[in-house]
Amino acid sequence: MARLLQTTFLPSSPSLYIARKSSLPGHPRNGPRAAPIQSKIREIFMPALSSTMTEGKIVSWVKSEGDKLAKGESVVVVESDKADMDVETFYDGYLAAIMVEEGGVAAVGSAIALLAETEDEIAEAKSRAEDDSSSAPPGPPTAPAPAPAPAPQVETAASVAPVVRAAATVAAAVGSAVHPASEGGKRVVASPYAKKLAKELKVDLGMLVGSGPMGRIVAKDVEAAADVAADAASAATAGAAVAAPVAAPEKSSAIELGTVVPFTTMQGAVSRNMVESLSVPTFRVGYTITTDALDALYKKIKSKGVTMSALLAKATALALVKHPVINSSCRDGNSFTYNSSINIAVAVAIDGGLITPVLQDADKVDIYSLSRKWKELVDKARAKQLQPHEYNTGTFTLSNLGMFGVDRFDAILPPGTGAIMAVGASQPTVVGTKDGRIGMKNQMQVNVTADHRVIYGADLAQFLRTLAKIIEDPKDLTF
Amino acid sequence: MQSSFSLSFAPNSSLAAPSPRSRPGGEPSPSAPISLRFCGLRREALGFTPLKQSTSRHVRVPGGRCGGGKVSASLSDNGSTPKSFDYDLVIIGAGVGGHGAALHAVEKGLKTAIIEGDVVGGTCVNRGCVPSKALLAVSGRMRELQSDHHLKALGLQVAAASYDRQGVADHANNLASKIRSNLTNSMKAIGVDILTGVGTILGPQKVKYGKVGVTDNVITAKDIIIATGSVPFVPKGIEVDGKTVITSDHALKLESVPDWIAIVGSGYIGLEFSDVYTALGSEVTFIEALDQLMPGFDPEIGKLAQRVLINPRKIDYHTGVFATKITPAKDGKPVVIELIDAKTKEPKDTLEVDAALIATGRAPFTKGLGLENIKVETQRGFVPVDERMRVIDANGNLVPHLYCIGDANGKMMLAHAASAQGISVVEQVTGKDHVLNHLSIPAACFTHPEISMVGLTEPQAREKAQKEGFEVSVAKTSFKANTKALAENEGEGLAKMIYRPDSGEILGVHIFGLHAADLIHEASNAIALGTSINDIKFAVHAHPTLSEVLDELFKSAKVNHPVTSSVSEPVAV
Repeated sequence: MARLLQTTFLPSSPSLYIARKSSLPGHPRNGPRAAPIQSKIREIFMPALSSTMTEGKIVSWVKSEGDKLAKGESVVVVESDKADMDVETFYDGYLAAIMVEEGGVAAVGSAIALLAETEDEIAEAKSRAEDDSSSAPPGPPTAPAPAPAPAPQVETAASVAPVVRAAATVAAAVGSAVHPASEGGKRVVASPYAKKLAKELKVDLGMLVGSGPMGRIVAKDVEAAADVAADAASAATAGAAVAAPVAAPEKSSAIELGTVVPFTTMQGAVSRNMVESLSVPTFRVGYTITTDALDALYKKIKSKGVTMSALLAKATALALVKHPVINSSCRDGNSFTYNSSINIAVAVAIDGGLITPVLQDADKVDIYSLSRKWKELVDKARAKQLQPHEYNTGTFTLSNLGMFGVDRFDAILPPGTGAIMAVGASQPTVVGTKDGRIGMKNQMQVNVTADHRVIYGADLAQFLRTLAKIIEDPKDLTF
Repeated sequence: MQSSFSLSFAPNSSLAAPSPRSRPGGEPSPSAPISLRFCGLRREALGFTPLKQSTSRHVRVPGGRCGGGKVSASLSDNGSTPKSFDYDLVIIGAGVGGHGAALHAVEKGLKTAIIEGDVVGGTCVNRGCVPSKALLAVSGRMRELQSDHHLKALGLQVAAASYDRQGVADHANNLASKIRSNLTNSMKAIGVDILTGVGTILGPQKVKYGKVGVTDNVITAKDIIIATGSVPFVPKGIEVDGKTVITSDHALKLESVPDWIAIVGSGYIGLEFSDVYTALGSEVTFIEALDQLMPGFDPEIGKLAQRVLINPRKIDYHTGVFATKITPAKDGKPVVIELIDAKTKEPKDTLEVDAALIATGRAPFTKGLGLENIKVETQRGFVPVDERMRVIDANGNLVPHLYCIGDANGKMMLAHAASAQGISVVEQVTGKDHVLNHLSIPAACFTHPEISMVGLTEPQAREKAQKEGFEVSVAKTSFKANTKALAENEGEGLAKMIYRPDSGEILGVHIFGLHAADLIHEASNAIALGTSINDIKFAVHAHPTLSEVLDELFKSAKVNHPVTSSVSEPVAV
């Protein structure tokens, strides 16, 4: 009994501990080892801080799960009917599992956390905490915990987790995931408030790309990630219900006039990014490219699953190889960041939003693989299941509205990249040819928006000339 | 006012016997209120003037013209007494300590000069308590205006509050110059000679002063007080550029509000600046060499303060680490801070921040004082002194007629402590032995809410109790139970008293909560005057006021000692 953790203020009778210990659920997984191990996992109880106190509220956990505790250290702050008090541990060990979260209320004498003696036992204590919390509210401690009960809970958590990560960086600037502050990803540089928020909102900082100075993760990155995560989680729930006969109501399907509809988190992220783009001095250069040869090629290899988007991405990537400056970006206002790979992000409209799946290493991957990859990404995007590296690693963006018959438009530069190209429809056009005749050619207009801090007019002009050459003589696209 | 003072004064003499500090409790106590002056800014002393006028010799009306006449009268008779000295008293350093000593010296009829090589007012007025209070006044209001939750609870609605950095910086600067001129005028008005230049001790009772390129003036004085103060301490390895790696000197100018600032050191200075910076929108990372934040505060108060001042704010911290190297930002690179484990000395982490504030304490400013001329060796820069602030030379002997007060002696690095020490010295040189009880000197940290303390912390008291074999009890009251605090919707706070249940002696009082810095004086006065809890618990506090927090604290103490108070005795009205 002496091994059970007591708090300084714990007034409860020893019989309670006995009952508690004997009631420890004999978890099947533990097998015969269960008994000796259990004795090393101690419970932290809600102490009685005053004679009239029957229950206490957890004001805050001073320590978090996994933290090492030394005897006498305060672990939790409890609010009683009289005052707030720090509750200290009587034992060394690790805070394995928190069973009553901050803000939660627990009856005096009920377990609020588990303390493991060694690091190895943390996982076990955690599983026990789950059992405990699923079994019953702290009350009759003799009820054995039904082992299968927590299973569905765990599954839900598991299915949500990747979505959280996937969603984490929608709002983050499109750019390479490795920022200068992190020493090649070795450490995460996040501001104090960002760290606090991440802990609170349960966002994994390692999965975020910072938008702060020098690539630092700041609070808004975490907030955006959490927002999107929440959204994605609800989307996932909706996705899970696909089999159900009633389709989830789509926000876009019926717009009620005369109402104000708040942004979804993705729309909010877009909005923030758009406003942020105003801080970048951009300019635009347009070019008319003849696409007869490209169209012919497309017709030829369409049956092999090649898409126009992939062809355009490939052509752009090949042009970027020759003009690395167009693939660069300006992060801090003082330097060029030359990206090591050419990742073409292509804007895709999805329900109530916009996302930019990325064709990584588009210059190196052959056109067929690229096309397959593209299909896969679009499907994932529609299902809101893109992983962060699949939408936030673009170094150059393509936006194509040609399919709607738009002949020219102007794109806004996504923060963190150097240039974006707006592609219009390829249309039959009457042109004068070199031999002095008038002829029909399919032509499309492209319009590149670029950050003039790093990309100058002549750079863009040369890049466009190269691109035009590649598209007008597309043999290199198929290798 | 007058009657309440005389009431508390009266029992004092009768209590003198049991108190070990019978001397400060006895004769010189009329001067005690003066010693509680804060940075020479506040006019608490005015509150006591009615009392002091009855003691006839009074001349201290700060800035008052009428005082000047009286002084010159007293100067003329005192000016003739010194045999061959230029002055009775020369003070090196016109900070708050020197100022307090000078004022008291004149009051005592000494012909006084003060030497200042920089600006009058010293650290406190120019680069310390005064401008920082201006910034904290701003940060407190910002914090209030930003706290939607708090405002809503009061039924207030305020649209987004914002600030103008230059305006805030100007407020701090203007305050400093105003206080500086007040201080200068208060000395000039009563005839203190302000000598400009760096003071150096040439030998016993001999000082020279002068500026570079100007011939030195040599003056003699019967007694000399060193009050040269301190400068920010910057550990080695840290490169201060004044822009991105700064000390409090630079931070008070508020030339920028960085997005992310690391504060090295979580004592008073660091804590106050964290309050300012977070209110103005910065995020803060504390770097503390000890295992706990806010070392030096009573642990319980520290814990509560951390919960209120650190955890909910945009602050994180690294404890148990040294910043071995700090490189200022340049060429587009951020400020880089290298941390090592304080115990193992292993590299632990590297931080990249926008700015770093070095608040690792203060180092005495005693270079160039000519201490070698009188065979005094500083200890880590501090001038060694005895309990009467008399300077001790390398052989352990007292240097006659030489005193050192304030940060330069390192006893208690607080502006008002320096002033109190200065007054104590003047008492001695005018023939009244006086030993200052440092345990009665309050200290305050002006965060929101404030932290204040006087006397021993609980661990210190328990250690002392064990050594000396007495019992220690602790009483606590919460601001949550105080009507005024609740009316302000500022119920967060704790007052804690450590005392001897056998005698009712107050050993220490620690307050964390609204206006704690103002509340502490009831306790510090009680300690200074040796008032027992049994006496003070009968003193009446206006309702509803925050002072009732202390009232309740005194009343909740359980003292076995019989009541000896005249407060409880009938007094004819």
